[in-house]
Amino acid sequence: MNRLTIVGLVIVAILVIVAIFAPWIATHDVGATNLSLRYLPPSGQYFFGTDSTGRDIFSRVVFGARISLEVGIVVVSVSTFIGTILGALAGYYGGWLDRIVSGYVFNVFLAFPGLLLAIAMVAFLGAGLNKLIFALCIIGWVGYARLIRGQVLKVREYDFVQAARALGASDARIMLVHILPNAIQPLIVQASLGMAGAVLSEASLSFLGLGVPPPAPSWGVMIEEARDLSTLQAAPHALIFPGIAIALTVLAFNFIGDGLREYLDPRQRSR
Amino acid sequence: MRSGFKYKFFSALRRFAIFLLVVWTVVSLVTLLIELVPGDPAVAVLGEQATPEQFEQFRQLHGLDQPPFFFSFPRDAQNNRHFQWHGIKNRYTDYWIRLFHGDMGRSFRTDRPVIELILERYPATIQLALSALLIAVLIAIPLGVIAGKNRGTWIDNLASIVALIGISLPGFVIGPMLVYVFAVKLGWLAPSGRFDWTDFILPSFTLGAALAAILTRMVRSSVIEELGEDYVRTARAKGLSETKVVYKHVLKNGLIPVVTILGLQLGVLLAGAIITEKIFGWPGLGLLLVEDGIGKRDYRVVQGCVLVISITYIVANMLTDMVYRWLDPRIRVS
Repeated sequence: MNRLTIVGLVIVAILVIVAIFAPWIATHDVGATNLSLRYLPPSGQYFFGTDSTGRDIFSRVVFGARISLEVGIVVVSVSTFIGTILGALAGYYGGWLDRIVSGYVFNVFLAFPGLLLAIAMVAFLGAGLNKLIFALCIIGWVGYARLIRGQVLKVREYDFVQAARALGASDARIMLVHILPNAIQPLIVQASLGMAGAVLSEASLSFLGLGVPPPAPSWGVMIEEARDLSTLQAAPHALIFPGIAIALTVLAFNFIGDGLREYLDPRQRSR
Repeated sequence: MRSGFKYKFFSALRRFAIFLLVVWTVVSLVTLLIELVPGDPAVAVLGEQATPEQFEQFRQLHGLDQPPFFFSFPRDAQNNRHFQWHGIKNRYTDYWIRLFHGDMGRSFRTDRPVIELILERYPATIQLALSALLIAVLIAIPLGVIAGKNRGTWIDNLASIVALIGISLPGFVIGPMLVYVFAVKLGWLAPSGRFDWTDFILPSFTLGAALAAILTRMVRSSVIEELGEDYVRTARAKGLSETKVVYKHVLKNGLIPVVTILGLQLGVLLAGAIITEKIFGWPGLGLLLVEDGIGKRDYRVVQGCVLVISITYIVANMLTDMVYRWLDPRIRVS
């Protein structure tokens, strides 16, 4: 396996551990403000320093991992689930369902930027974690459906599927036992890249004030709070640490996705 | 044989139909999503203290007194939902009719026509997107060519690492970091605003960084692929210098896939511009959408901005597709 994939896996493993054990890893209360302790530089007591209201940045970054992973996992699993079902049904049966899904949804929803659609939905629905997850799922499933549909169309014609059909296997059995396991590999690649996308979208929307509302330690919120000029001047670390957290997370999932793709598609390995 | 005038005509017709379908969907979305707003938009804008007459006047002015769609399922006296037909005169058809007259309604807050607000801000966004594109190209082509020519060396690895950083650092992290270095620490550039040409530097770089990274990777693999072609061997055999081989022959062919990515990314830049404009207080469509629209609950402005950004995106993609077909005759028939 690719060296970068391993780096990615290690980063994600650390991230998961941090998210699960956040209350034990965090050294301070994430919400506790203390103006006499504002803008403190990184030290033995405050590993990443403190922000403009004296909150401990390390603890906030640690709890931020929870929000990012929660959004990523929920969005990717829901989108994958819906996308797989609709994509498989459309690809397997064709007909009016396929005409709606591939003829209309693919052409339209992949024709304009997902971030804009998410912004528009959250703008009307109002900000909040659940609404953000809902908006990202609405946009997210389309890519998975397209992938699965393409895979199903390909695998459907293979001899072993034809053989299973000749032996009298039901549609459900053919789809679940014969087709889906063969379509699952690219799905894992897509899901890994999807995690990177979801984490990034959550941070972007929270940065714009459309995601998780401010006191919550979302990385996007932390960056938004750290970027006014007086905070930048006094405490650049308030910007840098959550920034590094986002970059590493996105990078790790991209590494895993790219690595798996190469691993699963040997033709690309030589490039 | 899938070629000739008939095929070309139908494929163009098909693409135009998809374009209309996308536009119809966007308009429907922005008109219907406004119904999802929790509570009454009139209360959200005017506040709880306004008099009933003020509410009535506001609703009438913005057409909110009309039914939202052709039909609805209101509750009756027994609290059961029933189907009710409202007819042709509703907010949905009203928005369409106005749109065909170039009217996007009036701002809930300032009472100015939304189209006017958008036209005021539109040039700033396009300028930002184009200058980001330019910066990305200026970085990516030399970097990609150098990396591709020196494949596998430390130069190539360095370029790859720089590209990776560019891809994984989102604009809202790069932007404030640039502000910290160049505005706060060095004091060379202004942290926000759009007055001088120097004000373009930080926003364009912030917006273009990710694209520069993607393009660098593309140019690199394109150059590596083209360098293996027969015509390169021929060019070298006839004694052309390596510089000429790379810049005159390889780059010309290698840039075709890059052009496609560029066009597709122009749309992504428009979405990214929303964030960049917020960082730098850049007076474009994104700032109009986020601050005046969403921030002040001016839903008419939100509708207009989403619509205009989406359509610009779709048109940019269509133009790219056309340029691509024109550049590479091979895909015209396939």
